[in-house]
Amino acid sequence: MEKDFEEIFQDKVDKEIKIEPKDWMPEKYRQTLIRQISQHAHSEIVGMLPEGNWITRAPNLRRKAILLAKVQDEAGHGLYLYSAAETLGITRDEMYDQLHTGKAKYSSIFNYPTLTWADIGAIGWLVDGAAIMNQVPLCRSSFGPYARAMVRVCKEESFHQRQGFEILLTLSKGTEAQRNMAQDAVNRWWWPSVMMFGPKDDESPNTIMSMKWKIKRFTNDELRQKFVDICAEQVKILGLTLPDNDLKWNAATNHYDFGAIDWNEFWEVVKGNGPCNKQRLDTRKKAWEDGAWVREAASAYAEKRKNKKAVKAA
Amino acid sequence: MTTNEHINSGEWPLWEIFIRSRQGLDHKHVGSLHAVDAQMAIENARDVYTRRMEGVSIWVVESKHIHASNPADAEAFYDPANDKAYRHPTFYNLPDELKHM
Repeated sequence: MEKDFEEIFQDKVDKEIKIEPKDWMPEKYRQTLIRQISQHAHSEIVGMLPEGNWITRAPNLRRKAILLAKVQDEAGHGLYLYSAAETLGITRDEMYDQLHTGKAKYSSIFNYPTLTWADIGAIGWLVDGAAIMNQVPLCRSSFGPYARAMVRVCKEESFHQRQGFEILLTLSKGTEAQRNMAQDAVNRWWWPSVMMFGPKDDESPNTIMSMKWKIKRFTNDELRQKFVDICAEQVKILGLTLPDNDLKWNAATNHYDFGAIDWNEFWEVVKGNGPCNKQRLDTRKKAWEDGAWVREAASAYAEKRKNKKAVKAA
Repeated sequence: MTTNEHINSGEWPLWEIFIRSRQGLDHKHVGSLHAVDAQMAIENARDVYTRRMEGVSIWVVESKHIHASNPADAEAFYDPANDKAYRHPTFYNLPDELKHM
């Protein structure tokens, strides 16, 4: 019987028919999606922290308004995604708990510090650029609520990347100090961004199943190569360079070759030993705990209003 | 929309959000969010789902009030319409010279 269900399920996926929350699905599919979507949601929420760092210090009002809007978008993206994950049967509180206890991961990129204003530019161009590369195929995810959430996310994400590029472009055309600041930010954010696509294909055991279930449409290495190809061209417009001596156009493959990735660094950050892992988690937990009285007050107020209404009705 | 109800947790109830994107169009489901009551759900929906002028009107419905058909019944439920092609105008073979119909 189980077998039949599984066949019907795979048949739907193969025909590009979306799976909806109430449809039968393999338990592993459900668990994989819960992990992936909640991890994605956590990344949006934690992703606000490195940028929030610069809201009060944005160089002018225009930049400040833009950065505020961007950070607000990230909060929105987190909420779309948490809701999508909840349709699979996990509660919001469970997900928060997994984040706050360190059980759930979020994208390692947010464990790097934002040292200068140029970092906001580099994050927009590289980090959001890599995120978009990952996210566009997710709009065709086999799971309906995830796909629909991603359509909204992708629509909004494009401004994030453009504003980042604009920041770097402005700096690169500025004084020597500003140029250096831009180059330094690109130097620091490039490799972590390249790592954002995750482990190499032959070390990514879940890829095969995720591709079969159409949770994933491209492999990590395919997306990474696409990202490198695009950035290698875009960096020329900035008049900056990418910190990779092995970066070179390869006419035979029609792609850019690039240098070796420091996977030790990648796994160290994943394991919690990145420069800001502890700080991010502490900030996030503090925000949640400090907000407790607001949530309690809102509940109390709603209760009071409900009682008032009941008295009036009686 | 979720399949489970968070009955005993301290979580705020879940609300389904419907947005009318332009006057004259119908409200369309866009997603869900948690809120203590309807008013807060509408205010939060404004922030979460209409940051770029996506809407001119918002409906919120507490998720527990939504009742859905069962996907497992889909065959029995929708198939009876399969063999009734005569309900569609293209079913009828009429002469080409017939105009305005």
